[in-house]
Amino acid sequence: MLSYVIKRLLSMIPVLIGISILLFFMLRMLPGDPAQVLAGQMASPEEIATIRTQLGLDRPIYEQYLSYLGRLVRLDLGRSARTQNPVIEEIWARLPNTVLLAVVAISLACLLGIPAGIISAVRPYTWVDYAVTMGALFGISMPVFWLGMMLVVLFSVILRWLPAGGTGGWQHVVLPSVTLASFVVAFIARMTRSTMLETLAQDYTTTARSKGLKENVVVIKHALKNALIPIVTVVGLQFGLLLGGAVLTETVFAWPGIGRLIVDSILARDYPVIQGTILIFGLLYLLVNLAVDLAYAYIDPRIRYD
Amino acid sequence: MTEETDKNVCLPVELSAESRFRRFWAKLRRNKAAVAGAILLLIYILCALLAPVIFRGNPAAPNLIMALEPPSLKDLLGTDELGRSILGRVLYGARISMLIAIGVVAVGLFIGVPLGLVSGYFGGKADFLIQRVTDTMLAFPGFLLALALVSVLGVGINNTVISIGISMIPLYIRLVRGCVLTVREEVYVEAARAAGTRDAVILFRHILPNVMVPITVQTSLSMGTAILFAAGLGFLGIGVQPPTPEWGAMLGSARGYLFNAPHVATFPGIAIFLAVLSFNLLGDGLRDALDPRFKI
Repeated sequence: MLSYVIKRLLSMIPVLIGISILLFFMLRMLPGDPAQVLAGQMASPEEIATIRTQLGLDRPIYEQYLSYLGRLVRLDLGRSARTQNPVIEEIWARLPNTVLLAVVAISLACLLGIPAGIISAVRPYTWVDYAVTMGALFGISMPVFWLGMMLVVLFSVILRWLPAGGTGGWQHVVLPSVTLASFVVAFIARMTRSTMLETLAQDYTTTARSKGLKENVVVIKHALKNALIPIVTVVGLQFGLLLGGAVLTETVFAWPGIGRLIVDSILARDYPVIQGTILIFGLLYLLVNLAVDLAYAYIDPRIRYD
Repeated sequence: MTEETDKNVCLPVELSAESRFRRFWAKLRRNKAAVAGAILLLIYILCALLAPVIFRGNPAAPNLIMALEPPSLKDLLGTDELGRSILGRVLYGARISMLIAIGVVAVGLFIGVPLGLVSGYFGGKADFLIQRVTDTMLAFPGFLLALALVSVLGVGINNTVISIGISMIPLYIRLVRGCVLTVREEVYVEAARAAGTRDAVILFRHILPNVMVPITVQTSLSMGTAILFAAGLGFLGIGVQPPTPEWGAMLGSARGYLFNAPHVATFPGIAIFLAVLSFNLLGDGLRDALDPRFKI
């Protein structure tokens, strides 16, 4: 298992190098002087000159890239053009908020999506199935930020049950996480339904039924257990959608996470922070996919990574 | 000689394609959800095309005396914070979102499909290089990739189309490559190769028509995604800029009026939802009708 984890971590290196090249050239693609861009609009000529020397912009491009890569490895993402704080500090300060939102949202999505998919598969082509299928399609088609706004209108403006935004107690987490989960729950329900339909038609399910086992046991212990791998895969892949959705949800609810940080940075053209947050998003996505791969071994004991 | 051989090799495929089309059409018409999607899409296209006929006036011209009026017989969907008719802006917004969706899919198709064909058909170094670039792009969730690109390219319709279009390219590359790997082993491709047909002809005349099923389905679904992404960028203030009547940007401005005029945020959202739903319903229907085993 350990050797597999190491192998998988090593296989992430080419992708990480690809990401670093993308981020490196992102800044070079901008019109004008990258040192001016990094220093910000209000920077003095001395500050710009210092940044130019620090980044080695007068050196050949491959040397510039290698030095950039060296800084990335040391997690030195530069300083924010707006606040002058180290980018990594800006990100660490907000990362827990985004992770909290993502974890609550994905848990909610699993709690709703998996049972909905199971019910739909157990009663195929009935009104329950059509309701779940159409509900999932509606969820996929709905703009997450609009749903968030409508939830604010209902629960904050009309009913006055929950706060419209910001952070604080658990009440502040409800609306943003429900909004974020709505998007993912649809994909999980669809995938659960289709894989459960397949496993429910397998010979081992028929055998379990013919042994006289209760339907609940057949569905949960025999069918669902075997359907879990594609479901877990889809949960992992949806994490990426969740990160994209977090950018919008955090904006709607003024939630101080890294999604909001990236939007503020784009609006202020604060490129060191944009580069840093994109890198962290990419890293998070890769690590979640690694975790999903490793989870397979626990779900299906036949899978061995030795 | 090559031309003649091409026709002969294609002949049985052409015939079966015709009968396949009849079967596909019958299946599609029986699928109620797909028919509903097609009707919604038709209404959406009509709204986009006939916007100047349905709404006579300038959807961008402010009229502050009429600001934040609720829906009434005079203004069916009410007015926004600058007194502009929401109905007019929603109708004109259909044009913008449709233009963006078409542009995005065009970027994805014209760059992604040829790269996918080359990657799957030739293999080797070209395949390795294209796949590593694809891996890197797929390491970012689509919306974040579009966000990163917009931060470099800047705001506006063109940059929105380019950014979202580029974020769609890896999906087309992966999809087409996967299909080509299967199709290139088919007998008719081997026969064309044995007859000395040029690779370009094999790729575009023999392989491409046989990977059109997943491309068609992906295109329908991608148009819905493109509308959602564009609306998302507009909402964040980094996509299409006001006063252009873009649905996402309209929602972005409506955020400040949720407490006193929630109708401003309601209708552009419904418009986005219905447009995306139409593409998703039709995409799902097309997939089932073209090949029930095929899932994206």
